[in-house]
Amino acid sequence: MTKDISRRSFIKGGLAAAGAIAASSVPLPATVRGATQEELATLIDIRKCIGCEACVEACQEVNGRKFPEPKKPFPKMYPNRVKVSDWSDKRDVMDRLTPYNWLFIQESTVKVNGEEETFTFPRRCMHCQNPPCADLCPWGAARKLKNGITRIDADVCLGGSKCKAVCPWHIPERQTGVGLYLDILPSFAGNGVMYKCDRCYDRVEHGKLPACIEVCPEKVQKIGPRDEILKEAYSISKEINGYIYGEKENGGTNTIYVSPVPFEKLNKTIKKGPGRPHLKPVEDSMAHADNLAKAMVIAPIAGIAAAVGKAYSSRSQGKAGL
Amino acid sequence: MKSKNDYEQSGGKKGLRWIYILTFIVMAFTGFGQMPIFKRYYVSDIPGMGWSADFYLTHYIHYLGAIFLLGLFAYVIVDYVLSGRKELSLISSAYVRIALLGGIVTTGIFRVLKNMPDVVFSPDFTRFIDISHLGFMMLYIFLALVFLIMKSGWVVIK
Ligand code: SF4
Ligand code: SF4
Ligand code: SF4
Repeated sequence: MTKDISRRSFIKGGLAAAGAIAASSVPLPATVRGATQEELATLIDIRKCIGCEACVEACQEVNGRKFPEPKKPFPKMYPNRVKVSDWSDKRDVMDRLTPYNWLFIQESTVKVNGEEETFTFPRRCMHCQNPPCADLCPWGAARKLKNGITRIDADVCLGGSKCKAVCPWHIPERQTGVGLYLDILPSFAGNGVMYKCDRCYDRVEHGKLPACIEVCPEKVQKIGPRDEILKEAYSISKEINGYIYGEKENGGTNTIYVSPVPFEKLNKTIKKGPGRPHLKPVEDSMAHADNLAKAMVIAPIAGIAAAVGKAYSSRSQGKAGL
Repeated sequence: MKSKNDYEQSGGKKGLRWIYILTFIVMAFTGFGQMPIFKRYYVSDIPGMGWSADFYLTHYIHYLGAIFLLGLFAYVIVDYVLSGRKELSLISSAYVRIALLGGIVTTGIFRVLKNMPDVVFSPDFTRFIDISHLGFMMLYIFLALVFLIMKSGWVVIK
Protein backbone atom coordinates (compact mmCIF):
# COMPACT_ATOMS: atom_id res chain seq x y z
CA MET A 1 0.00 0.00 0.00
CA THR A 2 2.75 2.46 0.97
CA LYS A 3 4.54 1.41 -2.16
CA ASP A 4 1.42 2.28 -4.07
CA ILE A 5 1.13 5.69 -2.50
CA SER A 6 4.70 6.65 -3.08
CA ARG A 7 4.46 5.53 -6.66
CA ARG A 8 1.27 7.48 -7.01
CA SER A 9 2.66 10.71 -5.60
CA PHE A 10 5.83 10.29 -7.61
CA ILE A 11 3.94 10.12 -10.87
CA LYS A 12 1.64 12.90 -9.77
CA GLY A 13 4.60 15.12 -9.01
CA GLY A 14 6.30 14.19 -12.23
CA LEU A 15 3.25 15.08 -14.19
CA ALA A 16 2.75 18.35 -12.43
CA ALA A 17 6.34 19.22 -13.28
CA ALA A 18 5.73 18.36 -16.88
CA GLY A 19 2.87 20.82 -16.91
CA ALA A 20 0.21 18.11 -16.73
CA ILE A 21 -1.50 17.41 -19.96
CA ALA A 22 -1.71 20.95 -21.32
CA ALA A 23 -3.30 21.30 -24.71
CA SER A 24 -1.53 18.43 -26.36
CA SER A 25 -3.12 16.97 -29.40
CA VAL A 26 -2.67 13.25 -29.53
CA PRO A 27 -5.32 12.23 -32.02
CA LEU A 28 -7.78 9.39 -31.89
CA PRO A 29 -6.52 6.17 -33.47
CA ALA A 30 -6.58 6.45 -37.25
CA THR A 31 -9.46 4.00 -37.45
CA VAL A 32 -11.55 6.30 -35.31
CA ARG A 33 -10.73 9.69 -36.77
CA GLY A 34 -13.43 11.07 -38.99
CA ALA A 35 -15.57 8.07 -38.19
CA THR A 36 -17.29 9.45 -35.14
CA GLN A 37 -20.69 8.23 -36.30
CA GLU A 38 -19.55 4.74 -35.35
CA GLU A 39 -20.21 3.48 -31.83
CA LEU A 40 -16.96 3.86 -29.91
CA ALA A 41 -16.13 2.06 -26.70
CA THR A 42 -13.29 2.33 -24.23
CA LEU A 43 -11.22 -0.51 -22.88
CA ILE A 44 -9.92 -0.31 -19.31
CA ASP A 45 -7.26 -2.84 -18.44
CA ILE A 46 -7.24 -2.64 -14.66
CA ARG A 47 -3.96 -4.55 -14.36
CA LYS A 48 -2.11 -1.55 -15.71
CA CYS A 49 -3.55 1.18 -13.49
CA ILE A 50 -1.20 2.48 -10.78
CA GLY A 51 -3.77 4.82 -9.23
CA CYS A 52 -1.78 7.98 -9.93
CA GLU A 53 -4.97 9.99 -10.50
CA ALA A 54 -3.44 11.83 -13.45
CA CYS A 55 -6.63 11.01 -15.36
CA VAL A 56 -8.77 12.53 -12.62
CA GLU A 57 -6.77 15.74 -12.70
CA ALA A 58 -6.78 15.85 -16.48
CA CYS A 59 -10.54 15.45 -16.55
CA GLN A 60 -11.00 18.36 -14.16
CA GLU A 61 -8.56 20.50 -16.11
CA VAL A 62 -9.95 19.84 -19.54
CA ASN A 63 -13.60 19.91 -18.57
CA GLY A 64 -13.32 22.66 -15.95
CA ARG A 65 -15.01 25.17 -18.23
CA LYS A 66 -18.10 22.95 -18.29
CA PHE A 67 -18.33 22.87 -14.50
CA PRO A 68 -21.20 24.72 -12.79
CA GLU A 69 -20.79 28.27 -11.48
CA PRO A 70 -23.88 28.50 -9.30
CA LYS A 71 -25.42 31.76 -8.24
CA LYS A 72 -25.84 32.15 -4.50
CA PRO A 73 -27.97 32.40 -2.48
CA PHE A 74 -30.01 29.63 -4.10
CA PRO A 75 -33.68 30.35 -4.67
CA LYS A 76 -35.77 28.89 -1.87
CA MET A 77 -37.30 25.62 -2.98
CA TYR A 78 -40.70 24.24 -2.02
CA PRO A 79 -41.70 22.05 -0.37
CA ASN A 80 -39.01 22.14 2.28
CA ARG A 81 -38.05 18.54 1.74
CA VAL A 82 -36.32 19.45 -1.52
CA LYS A 83 -32.64 19.25 -0.74
CA VAL A 84 -30.00 21.58 -2.08
CA SER A 85 -27.05 19.76 -3.69
CA ASP A 86 -24.11 22.06 -3.40
CA TRP A 87 -20.61 20.93 -4.34
CA SER A 88 -19.32 24.34 -5.32
CA ASP A 89 -17.30 24.69 -2.11
CA LYS A 90 -16.00 21.13 -2.35
CA ARG A 91 -14.54 21.29 -5.81
CA ASP A 92 -11.37 19.49 -4.82
CA VAL A 93 -13.10 16.26 -3.77
CA MET A 94 -11.44 13.58 -5.90
CA ASP A 95 -12.42 10.32 -4.25
CA ARG A 96 -15.98 10.12 -5.55
CA LEU A 97 -18.16 11.44 -8.37
CA THR A 98 -19.39 15.02 -7.97
CA PRO A 99 -20.52 17.71 -10.40
CA TYR A 100 -16.87 18.83 -10.32
CA ASN A 101 -15.31 15.39 -10.51
CA TRP A 102 -16.56 13.13 -13.26
CA LEU A 103 -13.97 10.43 -12.75
CA PHE A 104 -12.40 8.90 -9.67
CA ILE A 105 -10.12 6.03 -8.84
CA GLN A 106 -11.62 3.09 -7.06
CA GLU A 107 -9.45 0.73 -5.06
CA SER A 108 -9.87 -2.89 -4.20
CA THR A 109 -7.60 -5.18 -2.22
CA VAL A 110 -8.24 -8.84 -2.90
CA LYS A 111 -6.46 -12.14 -2.35
CA VAL A 112 -4.97 -13.54 -5.54
CA ASN A 113 -3.39 -16.98 -5.18
CA GLY A 114 -3.21 -16.49 -1.43
CA GLU A 115 -1.49 -13.12 -1.70
CA GLU A 116 -3.07 -9.74 -1.15
CA GLU A 117 -3.10 -7.55 -4.18
CA THR A 118 -4.41 -4.01 -4.60
CA PHE A 119 -6.07 -2.93 -7.80
CA THR A 120 -6.97 0.62 -8.75
CA PHE A 121 -9.15 1.58 -11.67
CA PRO A 122 -10.92 4.62 -13.08
CA ARG A 123 -14.68 4.84 -12.60
CA ARG A 124 -17.10 7.13 -14.42
CA CYS A 125 -20.23 6.90 -16.56
CA MET A 126 -20.33 3.59 -18.46
CA HIS A 127 -21.90 5.15 -21.59
CA CYS A 128 -24.56 2.48 -21.95
CA GLN A 129 -25.63 1.33 -25.39
CA ASN A 130 -29.28 1.89 -24.50
CA PRO A 131 -28.94 4.35 -21.63
CA PRO A 132 -31.97 4.58 -19.33
CA CYS A 133 -30.77 8.02 -18.18
CA ALA A 134 -31.29 9.31 -21.71
CA ASP A 135 -34.30 7.18 -22.66
CA LEU A 136 -36.24 8.20 -19.58
CA CYS A 137 -35.16 11.84 -19.38
CA PRO A 138 -38.51 13.63 -19.56
CA TRP A 139 -36.98 16.75 -21.00
CA GLY A 140 -34.66 15.47 -23.70
CA ALA A 141 -31.65 16.86 -21.86
CA ALA A 142 -29.82 13.53 -21.53
CA ARG A 143 -29.23 11.76 -24.78
CA LYS A 144 -27.07 9.29 -26.58
CA LEU A 145 -24.93 10.34 -29.51
CA LYS A 146 -24.29 8.09 -32.48
CA ASN A 147 -20.67 7.62 -31.46
CA GLY A 148 -21.69 5.90 -28.24
CA ILE A 149 -21.43 8.91 -25.90
CA THR A 150 -24.28 9.65 -23.51
CA ARG A 151 -24.28 13.26 -22.42
CA ILE A 152 -26.45 15.62 -20.45
CA ASP A 153 -26.99 19.04 -21.95
CA ALA A 154 -26.31 21.50 -19.13
CA ASP A 155 -28.30 24.21 -20.91
CA VAL A 156 -31.44 22.10 -20.96
CA CYS A 157 -31.29 19.92 -17.82
CA LEU A 158 -33.60 20.95 -14.98
CA GLY A 159 -31.83 18.86 -12.35
CA GLY A 160 -34.77 16.64 -11.40
CA SER A 161 -32.25 13.82 -10.90
CA LYS A 162 -34.38 11.21 -12.64
CA CYS A 163 -31.35 10.13 -14.69
CA LYS A 164 -29.52 9.35 -11.45
CA ALA A 165 -32.51 7.44 -10.08
CA VAL A 166 -32.81 5.22 -13.16
CA CYS A 167 -29.06 4.76 -13.80
CA PRO A 168 -28.05 1.33 -12.49
CA TRP A 169 -24.85 2.92 -11.14
CA HIS A 170 -26.44 6.24 -10.07
CA ILE A 171 -23.73 8.15 -11.91
CA PRO A 172 -25.03 11.70 -12.56
CA GLU A 173 -24.48 14.22 -9.76
CA ARG A 174 -26.49 17.37 -9.17
CA GLN A 175 -25.46 20.96 -8.56
CA THR A 176 -28.17 23.34 -7.38
CA GLY A 177 -28.29 26.99 -8.44
CA VAL A 178 -27.43 26.66 -12.13
CA GLY A 179 -29.31 26.05 -15.34
CA LEU A 180 -32.62 26.52 -17.00
CA TYR A 181 -34.80 25.93 -13.93
CA LEU A 182 -33.71 29.34 -12.62
CA ASP A 183 -35.55 30.94 -15.55
CA ILE A 184 -38.76 28.95 -15.12
CA LEU A 185 -40.17 28.30 -11.64
CA PRO A 186 -37.06 27.91 -9.50
CA SER A 187 -39.01 27.47 -6.29
CA PHE A 188 -41.37 24.81 -7.58
CA ALA A 189 -39.73 22.81 -10.35
CA GLY A 190 -36.20 21.64 -11.01
CA ASN A 191 -33.18 21.85 -8.78
CA GLY A 192 -30.10 22.62 -10.88
CA VAL A 193 -28.22 20.57 -13.43
CA MET A 194 -26.95 16.99 -13.47
CA TYR A 195 -23.29 16.42 -14.34
CA LYS A 196 -21.28 13.40 -15.39
CA CYS A 197 -18.55 12.28 -17.77
CA ASP A 198 -19.41 13.27 -21.33
CA ARG A 199 -16.47 11.25 -22.63
CA CYS A 200 -14.96 14.51 -23.79
CA TYR A 201 -17.48 14.69 -26.65
CA ASP A 202 -16.01 17.98 -27.85
CA ARG A 203 -12.48 16.59 -28.05
CA VAL A 204 -13.70 13.41 -29.75
CA GLU A 205 -15.61 15.56 -32.26
CA HIS A 206 -12.30 17.13 -33.23
CA GLY A 207 -10.53 13.81 -33.50
CA LYS A 208 -8.77 14.11 -30.14
CA LEU A 209 -8.63 11.52 -27.41
CA PRO A 210 -10.63 11.94 -24.19
CA ALA A 211 -8.32 13.66 -21.71
CA CYS A 212 -8.19 10.79 -19.22
CA ILE A 213 -7.08 8.39 -21.95
CA GLU A 214 -4.49 10.72 -23.37
CA VAL A 215 -2.79 11.61 -20.10
CA CYS A 216 -2.53 8.16 -18.57
CA PRO A 217 1.16 7.24 -18.18
CA GLU A 218 0.33 3.54 -18.13
CA LYS A 219 -2.01 3.48 -21.13
CA VAL A 220 -4.72 1.90 -19.05
CA GLN A 221 -7.49 3.02 -21.37
CA LYS A 222 -8.01 2.73 -25.06
CA ILE A 223 -10.81 3.93 -27.33
CA GLY A 224 -12.00 2.46 -30.61
CA PRO A 225 -14.92 0.94 -32.48
CA ARG A 226 -16.87 -1.21 -30.02
CA ASP A 227 -16.37 -4.51 -31.85
CA GLU A 228 -12.60 -3.99 -32.03
CA ILE A 229 -12.46 -3.00 -28.36
CA LEU A 230 -14.43 -6.11 -27.44
CA LYS A 231 -12.16 -8.30 -29.54
CA GLU A 232 -9.16 -6.92 -27.73
CA ALA A 233 -10.85 -7.29 -24.33
CA TYR A 234 -11.53 -10.94 -25.12
CA SER A 235 -8.02 -11.61 -26.26
CA ILE A 236 -6.53 -10.05 -23.09
CA SER A 237 -9.05 -11.89 -20.96
CA LYS A 238 -8.15 -15.17 -22.63
CA GLU A 239 -4.47 -14.57 -22.21
CA ILE A 240 -4.73 -13.78 -18.50
CA ASN A 241 -7.65 -16.05 -17.74
CA GLY A 242 -9.51 -12.90 -16.78
CA TYR A 243 -12.93 -11.33 -16.57
CA ILE A 244 -14.89 -8.69 -18.45
CA TYR A 245 -17.31 -6.09 -17.08
CA GLY A 246 -19.47 -3.76 -19.16
CA GLU A 247 -20.01 -5.89 -22.23
CA LYS A 248 -23.40 -7.20 -21.16
CA GLU A 249 -24.15 -5.01 -18.14
CA ASN A 250 -27.36 -3.03 -18.53
CA GLY A 251 -27.81 -4.59 -21.95
CA GLY A 252 -24.32 -3.51 -23.06
CA THR A 253 -22.12 -0.49 -22.35
CA ASN A 254 -19.33 1.32 -24.14
CA THR A 255 -16.94 0.91 -21.24
CA ILE A 256 -15.28 -2.47 -21.11
CA TYR A 257 -13.22 -3.39 -18.05
CA VAL A 258 -10.81 -6.30 -18.11
CA SER A 259 -9.57 -7.77 -14.84
CA PRO A 260 -7.53 -10.78 -13.75
CA VAL A 261 -9.89 -11.28 -10.79
CA PRO A 262 -13.68 -11.69 -10.85
CA PHE A 263 -15.61 -8.44 -10.60
CA GLU A 264 -17.73 -9.89 -7.79
CA LYS A 265 -14.57 -10.13 -5.78
CA LEU A 266 -13.56 -6.55 -6.58
CA ASN A 267 -17.09 -5.36 -5.86
CA LYS A 268 -16.89 -6.76 -2.34
CA THR A 269 -13.92 -4.66 -1.33
CA ILE A 270 -14.44 -1.35 -3.13
CA LYS A 271 -15.93 1.60 -1.24
CA LYS A 272 -19.51 1.92 -2.42
CA GLY A 273 -22.21 4.47 -1.71
CA PRO A 274 -23.19 7.92 -2.98
CA GLY A 275 -20.87 8.90 -5.83
CA ARG A 276 -19.11 5.54 -5.66
CA PRO A 277 -20.67 3.03 -8.07
CA HIS A 278 -20.71 -0.73 -7.55
CA LEU A 279 -19.39 -3.43 -9.88
CA LYS A 280 -22.35 -5.82 -9.64
CA PRO A 281 -23.90 -7.58 -12.60
CA VAL A 282 -26.68 -5.42 -14.04
CA GLU A 283 -29.75 -6.60 -15.94
CA ASP A 284 -30.87 -4.65 -19.01
CA SER A 285 -32.93 -1.80 -17.51
CA MET A 286 -34.72 -1.07 -20.77
CA ALA A 287 -35.58 -4.69 -21.63
CA HIS A 288 -39.18 -4.23 -20.48
CA ALA A 289 -39.59 -1.27 -22.83
CA ASP A 290 -38.06 -3.14 -25.76
CA ASN A 291 -40.41 -6.09 -25.23
CA LEU A 292 -43.52 -3.98 -24.79
CA ALA A 293 -42.60 -1.99 -27.89
CA LYS A 294 -42.99 -5.20 -29.88
CA ALA A 295 -46.47 -5.66 -28.41
CA MET A 296 -47.29 -2.15 -29.59
CA VAL A 297 -46.89 -3.29 -33.17
CA ILE A 298 -49.24 -6.21 -32.62
CA ALA A 299 -51.95 -4.27 -30.70
CA PRO A 300 -53.37 -2.31 -33.65
CA ILE A 301 -53.41 -5.45 -35.78
CA ALA A 302 -55.47 -7.15 -33.07
CA GLY A 303 -57.79 -4.14 -32.91
CA ILE A 304 -58.30 -4.18 -36.67
CA ALA A 305 -58.93 -7.91 -36.64
CA ALA A 306 -61.53 -7.53 -33.88
CA ALA A 307 -63.38 -4.78 -35.77
CA VAL A 308 -63.31 -6.69 -39.05
CA GLY A 309 -64.52 -9.81 -37.24
CA LYS A 310 -67.37 -7.85 -35.69
CA ALA A 311 -68.45 -6.35 -39.02
CA TYR A 312 -68.25 -9.74 -40.70
CA SER A 313 -70.32 -11.49 -38.04
CA SER A 314 -72.97 -8.75 -37.95
CA ARG A 315 -73.17 -8.88 -41.75
CA SER A 316 -73.62 -12.63 -41.83
CA GLN A 317 -76.17 -12.35 -39.01
CA GLY A 318 -78.00 -9.75 -41.10
CA LYS A 319 -77.97 -12.12 -44.08
CA ALA A 320 -79.25 -14.99 -41.94
CA GLY A 321 -82.08 -12.74 -40.75
CA LEU A 322 -83.23 -12.09 -44.31
CA MET B 1 -86.23 10.20 -31.50
CA LYS B 2 -82.75 9.02 -30.60
CA SER B 3 -80.33 11.73 -29.52
CA LYS B 4 -76.58 11.44 -30.02
CA ASN B 5 -76.15 10.66 -26.35
CA ASP B 6 -78.55 7.72 -26.52
CA TYR B 7 -76.20 6.11 -28.94
CA GLU B 8 -73.14 6.79 -26.83
CA GLN B 9 -74.91 5.70 -23.67
CA SER B 10 -75.99 2.33 -25.07
CA GLY B 11 -74.69 -0.69 -23.12
CA GLY B 12 -71.47 -1.80 -24.84
CA LYS B 13 -70.48 1.68 -25.93
CA LYS B 14 -70.94 3.01 -22.41
CA GLY B 15 -68.66 0.31 -21.03
CA LEU B 16 -66.05 1.07 -23.67
CA ARG B 17 -66.32 4.76 -22.95
CA TRP B 18 -65.55 4.25 -19.27
CA ILE B 19 -62.67 1.93 -20.00
CA TYR B 20 -61.33 4.60 -22.35
CA ILE B 21 -61.68 7.37 -19.77
CA LEU B 22 -60.08 5.25 -17.07
CA THR B 23 -57.18 4.29 -19.34
CA PHE B 24 -56.69 7.93 -20.21
CA ILE B 25 -56.54 8.92 -16.56
CA VAL B 26 -53.95 6.20 -15.94
CA MET B 27 -51.97 7.38 -18.99
CA ALA B 28 -52.08 11.00 -17.86
CA PHE B 29 -51.02 10.05 -14.33
CA THR B 30 -48.19 7.73 -15.36
CA GLY B 31 -47.20 10.22 -18.07
CA PHE B 32 -46.87 13.04 -15.56
CA GLY B 33 -45.09 10.53 -13.35
CA GLN B 34 -42.27 10.53 -15.90
CA MET B 35 -41.39 13.93 -14.51
CA PRO B 36 -39.76 13.81 -11.10
CA ILE B 37 -42.67 15.52 -9.33
CA PHE B 38 -44.56 12.83 -7.44
CA LYS B 39 -41.92 12.45 -4.79
CA ARG B 40 -41.34 16.17 -4.42
CA TYR B 41 -45.05 16.89 -4.10
CA TYR B 42 -45.89 14.09 -1.65
CA VAL B 43 -47.98 12.05 -4.13
CA SER B 44 -45.85 8.99 -3.42
CA ASP B 45 -46.28 9.59 0.33
CA ILE B 46 -50.01 8.94 0.11
CA PRO B 47 -50.52 5.43 1.54
CA GLY B 48 -50.68 2.96 -1.34
CA MET B 49 -49.11 5.41 -3.82
CA GLY B 50 -45.47 4.65 -3.11
CA TRP B 51 -45.23 3.01 -6.55
CA SER B 52 -45.88 6.32 -8.27
CA ALA B 53 -42.29 7.45 -7.63
CA ASP B 54 -40.86 4.32 -9.28
CA PHE B 55 -40.00 5.56 -12.76
CA TYR B 56 -39.58 2.07 -14.19
CA LEU B 57 -42.99 0.98 -12.90
CA THR B 58 -44.89 4.05 -14.14
CA HIS B 59 -43.07 3.70 -17.46
CA TYR B 60 -44.14 0.07 -17.69
CA ILE B 61 -47.77 0.93 -16.94
CA HIS B 62 -47.65 3.77 -19.47
CA TYR B 63 -46.44 1.32 -22.13
CA LEU B 64 -49.16 -1.20 -21.22
CA GLY B 65 -51.76 1.55 -21.50
CA ALA B 66 -50.32 2.57 -24.86
CA ILE B 67 -50.64 -1.00 -26.12
CA PHE B 68 -54.26 -1.08 -25.03
CA LEU B 69 -55.05 2.32 -26.54
CA LEU B 70 -53.37 1.49 -29.85
CA GLY B 71 -55.51 -1.66 -30.08
CA LEU B 72 -58.62 0.27 -29.07
CA PHE B 73 -58.01 3.12 -31.53
CA ALA B 74 -57.42 0.66 -34.37
CA TYR B 75 -60.63 -1.15 -33.42
CA VAL B 76 -62.72 2.01 -33.18
CA ILE B 77 -61.40 3.45 -36.45
CA VAL B 78 -61.98 0.28 -38.45
CA ASP B 79 -65.34 -0.29 -36.77
CA TYR B 80 -66.39 3.24 -37.69
CA VAL B 81 -65.27 2.84 -41.28
CA LEU B 82 -66.92 -0.57 -41.72
CA SER B 83 -70.20 -0.06 -39.88
CA GLY B 84 -70.48 3.13 -37.84
CA ARG B 85 -70.36 5.72 -40.56
CA LYS B 86 -73.51 4.39 -42.22
CA GLU B 87 -75.58 5.64 -39.34
CA LEU B 88 -73.29 8.03 -37.48
CA SER B 89 -71.28 11.08 -38.34
CA LEU B 90 -68.52 12.70 -36.34
CA ILE B 91 -69.15 16.16 -34.94
CA SER B 92 -66.59 18.94 -35.10
CA SER B 93 -65.44 18.57 -31.48
CA ALA B 94 -64.64 14.96 -32.33
CA TYR B 95 -62.38 16.08 -35.19
CA VAL B 96 -60.48 18.36 -32.84
CA ARG B 97 -59.98 15.50 -30.40
CA ILE B 98 -59.00 13.08 -33.14
CA ALA B 99 -56.36 15.53 -34.34
CA LEU B 100 -54.95 15.86 -30.81
CA LEU B 101 -55.04 12.10 -30.25
CA GLY B 102 -53.21 11.76 -33.56
CA GLY B 103 -50.58 14.11 -32.18
CA ILE B 104 -50.30 12.22 -28.91
CA VAL B 105 -50.03 8.85 -30.66
CA THR B 106 -47.52 10.02 -33.27
CA THR B 107 -45.21 11.70 -30.78
CA GLY B 108 -45.67 8.72 -28.46
CA ILE B 109 -44.56 6.35 -31.22
CA PHE B 110 -41.42 8.42 -31.77
CA ARG B 111 -40.82 8.42 -28.02
CA VAL B 112 -41.00 4.62 -28.01
CA LEU B 113 -38.69 4.43 -31.01
CA LYS B 114 -36.20 6.66 -29.24
CA ASN B 115 -36.09 4.20 -26.38
CA MET B 116 -35.05 1.35 -28.70
CA PRO B 117 -31.40 0.35 -28.42
CA ASP B 118 -30.21 1.42 -31.87
CA VAL B 119 -32.31 4.50 -32.45
CA VAL B 120 -30.66 7.88 -31.92
CA PHE B 121 -32.48 11.11 -32.77
CA SER B 122 -30.98 14.57 -33.04
CA PRO B 123 -31.05 16.63 -29.84
CA ASP B 124 -33.59 19.12 -31.19
CA PHE B 125 -35.90 16.46 -32.51
CA THR B 126 -35.72 14.58 -29.20
CA ARG B 127 -36.70 17.71 -27.31
CA PHE B 128 -39.45 18.52 -29.80
CA ILE B 129 -40.95 15.04 -29.40
CA ASP B 130 -40.76 15.14 -25.62
CA ILE B 131 -42.32 18.54 -25.23
CA SER B 132 -44.98 18.14 -27.91
CA HIS B 133 -46.12 14.78 -26.46
CA LEU B 134 -46.73 16.59 -23.19
CA GLY B 135 -48.28 19.59 -24.97
CA PHE B 136 -50.76 17.54 -27.01
CA MET B 137 -51.76 15.69 -23.87
CA MET B 138 -52.34 18.82 -21.80
CA LEU B 139 -54.42 20.33 -24.60
CA TYR B 140 -56.40 17.14 -24.93
CA ILE B 141 -57.16 17.01 -21.22
CA PHE B 142 -58.18 20.65 -21.26
CA LEU B 143 -60.50 20.21 -24.25
CA ALA B 144 -61.88 16.92 -22.92
CA LEU B 145 -62.94 18.80 -19.79
CA VAL B 146 -64.45 21.64 -21.82
CA PHE B 147 -66.39 19.18 -23.97
CA LEU B 148 -67.47 17.30 -20.86
CA ILE B 149 -68.96 20.48 -19.42
CA MET B 150 -70.58 21.23 -22.78
CA LYS B 151 -71.84 17.64 -22.81
CA SER B 152 -70.44 17.28 -26.28
CA GLY B 153 -70.10 13.69 -27.46
CA TRP B 154 -68.25 12.38 -30.49
CA VAL B 155 -70.98 11.42 -32.96
CA VAL B 156 -74.52 12.21 -34.06
CA ILE B 157 -77.00 9.82 -35.57
CA LYS B 158 -77.43 10.54 -39.24
S1 SF4 C 1 -5.98 5.18 -15.27
FE1 SF4 C 1 -3.93 5.87 -15.73
S2 SF4 C 1 -3.91 8.02 -15.16
FE2 SF4 C 1 -5.69 7.10 -14.19
S3 SF4 C 1 -5.00 6.48 -12.18
FE3 SF4 C 1 -4.75 4.70 -13.47
S4 SF4 C 1 -2.66 4.88 -14.22
FE4 SF4 C 1 -3.17 6.86 -13.40
S1 SF4 D 1 -23.95 4.57 -16.72
FE1 SF4 D 1 -25.77 5.63 -15.99
S2 SF4 D 1 -25.40 7.76 -16.52
FE2 SF4 D 1 -23.98 6.56 -17.74
S3 SF4 D 1 -25.05 6.15 -19.69
FE3 SF4 D 1 -25.47 4.41 -18.34
S4 SF4 D 1 -27.40 4.97 -17.37
FE4 SF4 D 1 -26.56 6.85 -18.20
S1 SF4 E 1 -13.76 10.82 -20.90
FE1 SF4 E 1 -13.41 13.01 -20.56
S2 SF4 E 1 -15.16 13.61 -19.31
FE2 SF4 E 1 -15.06 11.40 -19.18
S3 SF4 E 1 -13.83 10.94 -17.39
FE3 SF4 E 1 -12.43 10.97 -19.13
S4 SF4 E 1 -11.68 13.07 -19.19
FE4 SF4 E 1 -13.49 13.09 -17.90
